[in-house]
Amino acid sequence: MADLSAVRADGLVKNFGDFRAVDGIDLHVRQGEIFGVLGPNGAGKTTTLRMLATLLPIDGGRAEIFGVDVRREPHRIRQLVGVTGQYASVDEDLTARENLWLFARLQGVTSARAKSIAGDLLERFGLQEAANRPLSQFSGGMRRRLDLASSLITRPPLIFLDEPTTGLDPRTRGQMWDTIRELVTDGSTILLTTQYLDEADQLADRIAVIDRGRKVAEDTPDALKTQVGESTLQLRLAEGADTALGADVVRRLLGEEPVLSPESGRMNIPLPDPDRAADVLIALRQAGLGISSVSVAKPTLDEVFLALTGHGADVESQMEAAR
Amino acid sequence: MTTTTTATTVTTGTPGSRRVDPAAAVARTTPRSSLQEAWVQTLSMAWRALKKMRRKPEQFFDVLIQPLLFTAMFAFIFGGAISGSVSNYLPILIPGILAQTALTVCMATGVQLREDMDKGVFDRFKSLPIARIAPLAGPMIADLIRYGIASVLTVVTALIIGYRPGGGVLGCIGGVALTIIAGWSLAWIFTWLGTMARSAQSVQGISMMIMFPLTFLSNAFVPAKTLPGWLEAFVKVNPVSHVVSAVRDLFNDGAVTAEVGWAVVGCAVVVVVFAPLAVRSYSRKM
Repeated sequence: MADLSAVRADGLVKNFGDFRAVDGIDLHVRQGEIFGVLGPNGAGKTTTLRMLATLLPIDGGRAEIFGVDVRREPHRIRQLVGVTGQYASVDEDLTARENLWLFARLQGVTSARAKSIAGDLLERFGLQEAANRPLSQFSGGMRRRLDLASSLITRPPLIFLDEPTTGLDPRTRGQMWDTIRELVTDGSTILLTTQYLDEADQLADRIAVIDRGRKVAEDTPDALKTQVGESTLQLRLAEGADTALGADVVRRLLGEEPVLSPESGRMNIPLPDPDRAADVLIALRQAGLGISSVSVAKPTLDEVFLALTGHGADVESQMEAAR
Repeated sequence: MTTTTTATTVTTGTPGSRRVDPAAAVARTTPRSSLQEAWVQTLSMAWRALKKMRRKPEQFFDVLIQPLLFTAMFAFIFGGAISGSVSNYLPILIPGILAQTALTVCMATGVQLREDMDKGVFDRFKSLPIARIAPLAGPMIADLIRYGIASVLTVVTALIIGYRPGGGVLGCIGGVALTIIAGWSLAWIFTWLGTMARSAQSVQGISMMIMFPLTFLSNAFVPAKTLPGWLEAFVKVNPVSHVVSAVRDLFNDGAVTAEVGWAVVGCAVVVVVFAPLAVRSYSRKM
C-alpha cells in the first residue's frame, strides 16, 4: 500500500521539567511538499523538529517518517532526514571542504567519492572560492549555505530546516528560498519552521500554526487567510476630518465596522466580498467625500496569527525564558 | 513497521539531477551501524581531532611542559630527601611521573570533549546515522599521540638528568606502552564525566578532585612503606599504584611481573565499565 505521507506525528509531547514545551502536536506532512511550521519564538517549533530528528527524546505521542517509527528506529530515521539547524551545525575548526568531506565519510561515502560530492556541493552553493578558508572568515549567509549543503550529502528524502533564514539579509534570504524550492523539484520533502509569516506564505504548500506548544491551525496559506476572513479595503480620505462621515456611509452600506485613524484620514474596511469594493467607492463619491488613495489587501499572516491565538506573533518572551 | 512501496523509478540523466525516491531510501536504511562502519566513523572523527590539534598547537602545552618541568623539579627537590640522592630517586620517580602525566592528559580529554560537545557541530553528529561511540572514541584515538609525546619526553628528560633504566630499551618501550594503555583506558572515566557534566569548567574541577588524590595518594612519588598504616592501605588498593609498580618493574628490571598483569586487567575493567557508561550518557544527552 502506498502511503504518501512523509511525516505522520500524533500527539507529540515534550516536557522540560514542569514546562510543557510541546503539548500534543499532530503533524501530517505529505511527500513532495513544503510544510511550514509557523509560530513565535518559544512556541515549540524547534523542539518538535528536534524530536522528529531524534535529537530529543519524545515524551509522549508517536511519530513516523516514511512509515519508520521515530522512537523505535532512530538510526533509520537519521538516514532519511537531513537536518539544518537554527544555528549552523558545522565545524568551526575545519574548512568548508573538510566539513563536507568529514560528514560524507561519516555516512559511509568512500574518500574519493566524498571529495567529489564536496566539490559539487561547494560549487552548487557558490562556496568554491571560500572552500579552503577557515570558517571563522565566513559570513552568516555562507555558513547557512554550508550547513544546508552538509544536510544534502546523501540526498535525504526529507529535509528539516529550522528557521533557515533567520538573521539573513533580504538578498541572501531570497537565494535560500530559491535553493529550497529547487530541493522540492528534486523530489525531496521539506519541513521548515519559521517565525516569518512572509516566509511561510512564500514557500509553504501548507502551514501549521503553533502557539505555546499547541497547534492552533493547519491549512494552505490562502485558506488560512480566508478562514480569518475577508480582504480589507484600505482607503485614505482627502480630508482627515471626514472619516466619521465615511464610517457612517460604510456602516449603512455593508453593515461592517471600519477601523479608523482620523489623524491620517485612513479607513480600513473589512470586505466580506472583494466585489463590493466598488460599491463602497461609489457610495463615498455620492456622499461627496474625496479619496486620496485606495488599495485592497488580503489579510497578512500576522493578522491570521492574531485572529487564531488572540495575541500577536511577537508576544513570546516568557516561553523563551522558560526554555 | 516500514511500509516500503515498490516504486519503479526512472533514473535518467546525471546523478546530480536524478530525483530523490523516498521508498528506495527507506529500503536502503539499516537499523544500526555495522562494526566496520563504526570503525570508519571513529577513524573519521580521529581525523577531525588530529586536524584540530594541528591548528591549535597550544593544546600541546601540557604534554610538552609537564614532562620537562615535573621530572626535573621533583627529581632535584625530593631526590635527596627521599632516596638520598637524585640518581637513586629516579627509578622510583620516573614511573610515577609517567602515571601522573598520563592522568593529566586524560583529564584534558574529558574537558575538551565537553567543550566540543557544546558546539553546534555536535548537533550534526547526533543527527547523522553514526555509531554513538564514534564521536567519543575518535578523539581518544587522536589522543594516543599526546600520550606518546608526553611519555617519550618524560623518559628523554629522565635520561638526560642521569636515569639509567635497568630494563634496557625493551623495558622502556614496555613501560611507555603500558603508560599509554593505562592513560587511554582511564581516559574513558573522564570522557564519561565529560558527557555528564554541565560545563567544561565543572569537568576540570571534578577531574582535579579525582586526579590529585589518585596520584599523590599512591606510590608514585614515595615508597608506600613510609606512610602511616591507614594511608598505606589506601595506597595499596589505588589502581594508580599498580600501574606505577608495573611500569617500575618494566623500566628498572625489564620484568613482566604480576603487577603488569594486574595493571592491564585493571585497565580492561575500566574500559569495559566506563566506555558503555560514556556512550549511554552521550546518547541520552540529546
